[in-house]
Amino acid sequence: MTLWILLAVVVIIVVWLIGTFNGLVSLKNETLNGWKQIDVQLKRRHDLIPNLIETVKGVMNFEQKTLTMVIEARNKAISAQGVAEKAGAENMLTGALRQLFALVENYPTLKSNENASKLQEELVSTENRIGFARQFYNDIATKFNIAQQTFPSNIVAGMFGFTKQELFEITDAAERDVPKVDLNLK
Amino acid sequence: MNILEQAAANKRASWVVISFVILLFLCIGFGFDYFYGSGMQFPVFTGVAFLFGVGSSYMSFAYGDKMILSSTHAVPLDMNDPKQQQWHNIIEEMSIAAGIPVPKTYIIDDPDPNAFATGQDPEHSSIAVTRGLLEALNRDELQGVAAHEMSHIKNFDIRLMLILAVMVGAIALLADWAGRSLWFGRSRSSRRSEGSGPIALIILAVWFIAIILAPILSQLMAMAVSRKRESLADASGAALTRNPLGLASALEKINGYTSPTRSINQGTAHLCIADPKGSAVGMREDWMGNLFATHPPIEKRIRALKEMAYQFNASKGE
Repeated sequence: MTLWILLAVVVIIVVWLIGTFNGLVSLKNETLNGWKQIDVQLKRRHDLIPNLIETVKGVMNFEQKTLTMVIEARNKAISAQGVAEKAGAENMLTGALRQLFALVENYPTLKSNENASKLQEELVSTENRIGFARQFYNDIATKFNIAQQTFPSNIVAGMFGFTKQELFEITDAAERDVPKVDLNLK
Repeated sequence: MNILEQAAANKRASWVVISFVILLFLCIGFGFDYFYGSGMQFPVFTGVAFLFGVGSSYMSFAYGDKMILSSTHAVPLDMNDPKQQQWHNIIEEMSIAAGIPVPKTYIIDDPDPNAFATGQDPEHSSIAVTRGLLEALNRDELQGVAAHEMSHIKNFDIRLMLILAVMVGAIALLADWAGRSLWFGRSRSSRRSEGSGPIALIILAVWFIAIILAPILSQLMAMAVSRKRESLADASGAALTRNPLGLASALEKINGYTSPTRSINQGTAHLCIADPKGSAVGMREDWMGNLFATHPPIEKRIRALKEMAYQFNASKGE
């Protein structure tokens, strides 16, 4: 009789262990996937920038400095290695793009140019996608971290060496706000 | 209740609705066999009703979204139109935020602003908007609407709503047909029940009432289910955009259009972001308006969203 009870307890513990471990593994993979999604959106932005420069170049040749700044920021962002360096370079690129958009406001021909406004919409959308991808990553990573730290799943996490995931921090206070870009495309 | 529990509850409710409907069909079929089926070896009507119930449940699950989309004359987006391209971008953004696959996007050529989502699950889902919505709203507001629809998809509201929509239609059709044949065959049945005594009369009465009430009850049930889910989708949509005021101002604008959305018929009303009947019913906050509305009063939804925005800002300011 006692043997059966003991056996039942062992079975319950093993089942719980398997369930918790699998839960943690799927959370980890979701977190990694969330991180990849940010990269996908950042790449989308890098790919769009040459098009944008090509379109505005003719009209905006007076703003050579800003254009060069955007191009440099993009190239730096592409070649950046490591999370911290990448984040810094991408933030620079966001700032440079915002300046460019502010300048576009001064060129009525650009504002009425269909190609330019289409590109602008694409870039605004990309900025949003990056923002939402980060938001999603942070949400899922937080869930993963909470599962690793709360009882009783923390026992399993400790046994199999799960590690806490870094959240995507925004260092610049202005960055916290969703980038507001005037669309002119109501 | 979080979104995962909500999704689980919706999947359960979908099964409950399906079983309920099949049971109802069985009841009606049984009644026919009892009153008309004398002399037959096999309960033909019960069998037919059961097959019909199972068949229509399956059809509504597998093809319901296509039926609804084609009934509203929805067509795929035209990506050359900047406004439609923008809407598609917004949908992609919100599916990133929600972490689900990008739904198929459709447009309905109707000047009244409205939108709905349909499908079986996040992997098989569609979102349709009217041309009026794209024209009336700005980017932030469209994002609010997209997030609201995305929440319906993510927590499996669409599955339950789809089954309800088709079921309400099927029950109405069946009740109509049963009611008619009831009148038609009345003389025969009364002759038969003469000999069966008062019990048969009571069964006949109960059966008769069930047939009359089924369409009304199923409609009321669909409305109640829908009302509860609209408020929830508002809240979880706001959690996706982190901007409750976008949806609030979208609803304000939609409320400003008093004319009904003609392309969307009443059977699909509970899928929409705002009641397609127009604002006359949406304004009422008394129990009558409550009972017959597919959506909570729009003013109430806007108030709740503004409150959310206030709390959100307060927590950010600390």
